[in-house]
Amino acid sequence: MRALRSMGPIFLVLAVLLVLIAAANPFFLEPAGFLAFVKRAAPLVILAAGQYFVIVSGEFDLSVGSLVTVQVVVAARLIDGEESATWWVLALLIVIGLLVGLVNGVITTGLRVPSFITTLGMMLVLSGAVFLWTGGAPRGALSETFRMFGRKDLGAVPWSVLILLVMGGAAIMLMRSDFGKRLMATGDNERAAGLSGVRVNRTRILAFVISGLAAAVAGILLGGFAGVSAQVGQGLEFQAITAVVLGGVALGGGRGSVVAAMAGALTLEALFTLLNLYGISGALEYAVQGVIIIAAVAAGAVRLPFKRVARA
Amino acid sequence: MTERTLTSFSLRRKVTGSTLIIYLALIGVLLIGWVLVAVDGGNFLTLETVVGIQQRSAALGIVAVGQTLAILVGSLDLSVAYLISLTSLVAAEIMAGQDSGILPAVAAVIAVSALIGLVNGLVITRLHVHAFIATLGVALIIKGVVDHLYDGPSGSVPESFQRLGYDRLGPVPVSALLWAAVAVAAWFLLRRTRLGYRIYAVGGDEEVARLSGVRTGRIIVATHVLCSICAGIAGLLLAGRLGAGAPTVGTDGGYDLESIAAVVLGGTALAGGKGGVPGTVGGVLLLAVLDSVFNQLEVNAFFKDVVRGVVIVAAVAVYARRTVRRRSR
Repeated sequence: MRALRSMGPIFLVLAVLLVLIAAANPFFLEPAGFLAFVKRAAPLVILAAGQYFVIVSGEFDLSVGSLVTVQVVVAARLIDGEESATWWVLALLIVIGLLVGLVNGVITTGLRVPSFITTLGMMLVLSGAVFLWTGGAPRGALSETFRMFGRKDLGAVPWSVLILLVMGGAAIMLMRSDFGKRLMATGDNERAAGLSGVRVNRTRILAFVISGLAAAVAGILLGGFAGVSAQVGQGLEFQAITAVVLGGVALGGGRGSVVAAMAGALTLEALFTLLNLYGISGALEYAVQGVIIIAAVAAGAVRLPFKRVARA
Repeated sequence: MTERTLTSFSLRRKVTGSTLIIYLALIGVLLIGWVLVAVDGGNFLTLETVVGIQQRSAALGIVAVGQTLAILVGSLDLSVAYLISLTSLVAAEIMAGQDSGILPAVAAVIAVSALIGLVNGLVITRLHVHAFIATLGVALIIKGVVDHLYDGPSGSVPESFQRLGYDRLGPVPVSALLWAAVAVAAWFLLRRTRLGYRIYAVGGDEEVARLSGVRTGRIIVATHVLCSICAGIAGLLLAGRLGAGAPTVGTDGGYDLESIAAVVLGGTALAGGKGGVPGTVGGVLLLAVLDSVFNQLEVNAFFKDVVRGVVIVAAVAVYARRTVRRRSR
């Protein structure tokens, strides 16, 4: 119970939303129905986990949305329906993700550019470059093997749920490791962390690399799940940041858990599902989403008046 | 008295450094563009291009001036793009093609945008929500309402008001004059009024400002109201240019992130407390000149994005280097 309280109110909100969904749609209680929900949520949850590392170190990563688009568009053009190309393209996508994260991290720490600007610039460069290469619109097609990860099942469990479990487990382990503690210390107080021997820059760069990797994996899943389009990653950076903040992680760094961040992403996805079920679809969905995000973050800030530090 | 002179002196010294760089860069880009276009067989500095640069930058420039205020106080506003769409619709609907509708429409736009700014500011200061989330949430709310009510362009702007978008006095478009007026007003506010000094104080260090007796909450709210009003004015301008209101005019222009980029390009620190309107004007002009050069050379639109991204990051890296050097001295 104490552990639950320390992790924050997001789990309560998530539980309430899940109950409401189940009440409207009993299929949700069956394993298949629930797994379908997790499968749909998997890309956002993975993105949120990656974004968590960057945010907890005191930075932002606005480039993940366009990175997802890049992944899908590059995959479609290079594979072009050719099964045999699948595996080296998958490897290439992971490398692109890691590389983009590395560049974000090095520019932010080495050149002292605020990460908001670094990753905003990266967003422009990535989306510009990929459509410069394909001539304005996505071309080619994904192979069946590639799409397997986003849409097919292994036995009864979707591939994307398995990948989510692996990524989530790895994220939790990372935060429990020495690296996690150094990352938290860096985000909390950069100077103090530096003075006590943390290599602050290297830690932050690694956080950006993890976010890039997460975006690569999310892109691979989304490519399979949603198909090839120029808009596949649009707005995902804001959704991921919103999810992390919903999980009670403080913008500015040093506070919050990765489990709560992933729960925040599940909550966001549950919210979308619920709004659809109750017929609030289309445009008004955004308005409700906006109200709830502000309300949730405000509730978190008001409830813990003593823990709250000055707004970053 | 002496203290205030001291502050304003040190403020000015800090600002001129990066402002100077951005204007040098602007001159550099103009020269390079002129040479490149000349080599390409064209003529860069024609009346047409000069007018084009001004017209292209007016709307972004007005939004960016408002964004400068928000960023200086240590906040930021991601809701401006949707607010521009909303106000363009409010303006065109109320005008409904009639000249008599202009005054009420302008008043309504100012009122709506001030209200949105008030909400932004109060959510940030009273509910203690980070500005990023607060303004993103408000942006989503506006988007939801606008998309729910409108599928496409709506309302109609009378011809007399459309002149705001296209008329010009000699080589200077009316829209550029409007931008200049907004910029001068904001500059005056920041440099010559009490509110301006307090914006710098709160942006520099909110806690220190609070302990020195500044009501920081009020300053932040006031700044957000002003920032939103600037977005509203840009909405009016765009409605005049389109002849109607459009639910996507703000997001199509990417005014949210673009205005932040222009402000930062102009040397204003994202953390607040440092920078000013002249730098922002330079930043907006630089982006517009780049655009114009690329258009004349008929460069691919996607290549433009790549260059723009690199320029923004490079400029901020240059400013950061200077700050580090000064500190270590």
